[in-house]
Amino acid sequence: MQAVLIQAIVYLGAAVISVPIAKRLGLGSVLGYLIAGVVIGPFALSLVGQQADVMRFAEFGVVILLFLIGLEVRPSTLWDMRKTIFGLGGAQVVGTALAVAGVSLLLGLPWQTALAVGLVLAMSSTAIVLQTLDEKGLRQGPVGRAAFGVLLLQDLAVIPMFALLPLLATVAPPAVHGDGGHGASLISHLPAWAQGLAVLAAVGAVVGGGRYVVRPIFRFIAEARLREIFTAAALLIVVGVAGLMQTVGLSPALGAFLAGVVLAESEFRRELETDIEPFRGLLLGLFFITVGAGIDLRLVASQPLTLISLVLGLMILKFLVMFGIARLFGAPARGAAAVATALAQGGEFAFVLLTFTVGAGVIGATLAALLTAAVAVSMALTPVAVILYERIAERLNAAIPDVEPETGDFDEQEPDIIIAGFGRFGQVTGRLLAANGFRSTVLDTDIEQIELLRRFGRSVHYGDATRLDLLRQAGADTAKMLIVAIDDREKTVELVETARRAFPNLTILARAWDRRHAYDLLANGADAVERETFEAALSLGATALQKLGFRAHRAHRAASFFRRHDRKTFEDLRPMWGQEEAYILASRDAAKTMDRLLAADLQRLRPGDAGGGWDTSSLEMELRERAEREGAS
Amino acid sequence: MSGETITPARPTATSGVLLVLAHPALERSRANRALAKAAKTQSGVTFHDLYETYPDFAIDIEREQAALLAHDVIALQFPLYWYSTPALLKEWLDLVWLHGFAYGIDGNALAGKRLFVACTTGGGAKAYHAHGYNRFSMDDFLRPLEQTAYLCGMVWETPFVVHGAAVKTDEALKAEADRYRARVASLLAPADAELGA
Repeated sequence: MQAVLIQAIVYLGAAVISVPIAKRLGLGSVLGYLIAGVVIGPFALSLVGQQADVMRFAEFGVVILLFLIGLEVRPSTLWDMRKTIFGLGGAQVVGTALAVAGVSLLLGLPWQTALAVGLVLAMSSTAIVLQTLDEKGLRQGPVGRAAFGVLLLQDLAVIPMFALLPLLATVAPPAVHGDGGHGASLISHLPAWAQGLAVLAAVGAVVGGGRYVVRPIFRFIAEARLREIFTAAALLIVVGVAGLMQTVGLSPALGAFLAGVVLAESEFRRELETDIEPFRGLLLGLFFITVGAGIDLRLVASQPLTLISLVLGLMILKFLVMFGIARLFGAPARGAAAVATALAQGGEFAFVLLTFTVGAGVIGATLAALLTAAVAVSMALTPVAVILYERIAERLNAAIPDVEPETGDFDEQEPDIIIAGFGRFGQVTGRLLAANGFRSTVLDTDIEQIELLRRFGRSVHYGDATRLDLLRQAGADTAKMLIVAIDDREKTVELVETARRAFPNLTILARAWDRRHAYDLLANGADAVERETFEAALSLGATALQKLGFRAHRAHRAASFFRRHDRKTFEDLRPMWGQEEAYILASRDAAKTMDRLLAADLQRLRPGDAGGGWDTSSLEMELRERAEREGAS
Repeated sequence: MSGETITPARPTATSGVLLVLAHPALERSRANRALAKAAKTQSGVTFHDLYETYPDFAIDIEREQAALLAHDVIALQFPLYWYSTPALLKEWLDLVWLHGFAYGIDGNALAGKRLFVACTTGGGAKAYHAHGYNRFSMDDFLRPLEQTAYLCGMVWETPFVVHGAAVKTDEALKAEADRYRARVASLLAPADAELGA
């Protein structure tokens, strides 16, 4: 217990100190974590013990990352990306593997080893690339999309590699390979056809389960309104899928991605994203720290020149291959350079694959250790390379106009309006806005309501809008307007206040319970409010007048007068709101004023009169007098 | 109620132009938008967008009368619909320019003020002629307003008319807008200076 606590203190402390400093220095959080890892690692301060255990735990960060990315990618998007994934991605893996193998061959390695090294080093780091692109705001654009397609194919390519690499063995395996990482699965003793069946069954289980089992379960949990259980269920899915995939020998990250894609179209998408997000951040951070801690500084110190040339050679080669391929696929020079820079490092799969190849007798232990160090260093250098790329691009910017605006988006377009609460009130407002061509994202907590609306193809998400993170997920940073139409008085005030503080540029409209609630909302930053029953009551009043014999226009005008006076009173009393006593006094006074105003209206509208504004009585009197005068003369 | 466009002024201190714009679909208009934009920037002009202030036709009579009292020049800007004003402008005249306020034995609140009409038409200038398809001149069509000014004891200013508004090029519209601004500015000048010119 004591040891676990100390470990936690070391990791968290290192992150808390290092990451903000790195961020402040413009180095990005990834580099911050990596540096923290190097500092606390066994070769510097040596504050960490069981590296391997932590590493395994931390790799889960990558799994969660892929799950979250899956949530953002709808199956149709994936289909649209097939050219990027298989074309660009396939070309990158094959091209890089061959190039690296060629250079290795020139350096005197036997062809089998050279090919194995090529395959291992063709992999890039999903975690580092995506995190870095995210930080630079490039992940949603064409650059991010290309990089993501390549990374996805690399994840897929790992599966055949485990099958292929043992065939390249040059020496007898040093031992019966026990723990071969991803290669060793529970079903490896089965015949090939059975293994294939098992893999298909597992994938089918993820797809079918996500569709038909998970959604009802989430609905059940959501109805119980237990937020932490919802989070637990979300984590359970990710862990479960990862476990299942590992059992059949697939990459857990790939399985998590698949599960994410399946759930991307469910109503729980936003809530899942929000709940899992913090785990992703922390575990990925931990992952980066372990990568940093894993850099063998003694090896670096003993063969500095070899290592430096290895790292630089690797990164430059990977950059050139990727750049050339991206250009062949029609990317503009700037975009191609950005993708190539982002993908120029070795990946976390290399660690696993290297362990595996040593076990299979393909690559020698010394070479593997050197390569492991080179991959780790190249990962650490990626944020630096990206910064360097940005500097150069900036320098060139003056000469070459930006040809590639970052506009594309994985998902639906950003909404104009966020509507919180889509019940009896929000619906009418939302329908009016939709009918006039405004896109809105709807957040609601009523599962039955969501079901119904989704059946009509509306974009409705499950979630409690008072959560700032969920608002942000829904697009509050870019939306023009937030409409708060929930029926909980306190929550409405809370939401208005939170949103006003976090998004100063957002126009906030809110549904108010009554006059006092309306004042309260305005005081907390709402731009406009509407008392929820006022207009309906007024409208019914006008109908009543009509049924009592008023002509329609007169009834309508009576209601208009009433509305105007009431709104004026509302504004007049507003400055007094807050001073409880003054308000009560003033409102009593206002009631009298209102009586007077109404009486005045009614007088003008008394039956027999022509009605306010069309009152011709004074004119008639004048005309009569004139006629009398003319008659007399 | 929106419509903070009218600054309630003391009825005794009158000054400037009350520019009353009536266009039910200003977002689709080119000419009236260009004209309004040009005149709005002129200091001394109180801009009053009727359809924006009273989308439900619920005109606040007292407030409108106070605004009329506070200005020397009443300018009405509108597109000609069926040889007349848009509905809300007519409603505004019906409701605000009341007997006993604007006309009648005791109604002299507007006496001495000037009434200026700025009007756009779809048809070209030739159509508004005894031999054109509209058979009457613009002066003929604006007679009701001219007579309104007369009955209220107001000075009738020569109307400002833009013909063929929908088919004007951007440059032509720009020129009209400049001409309009100059005209509004001249209304702001003291009446005797105008006579002297």
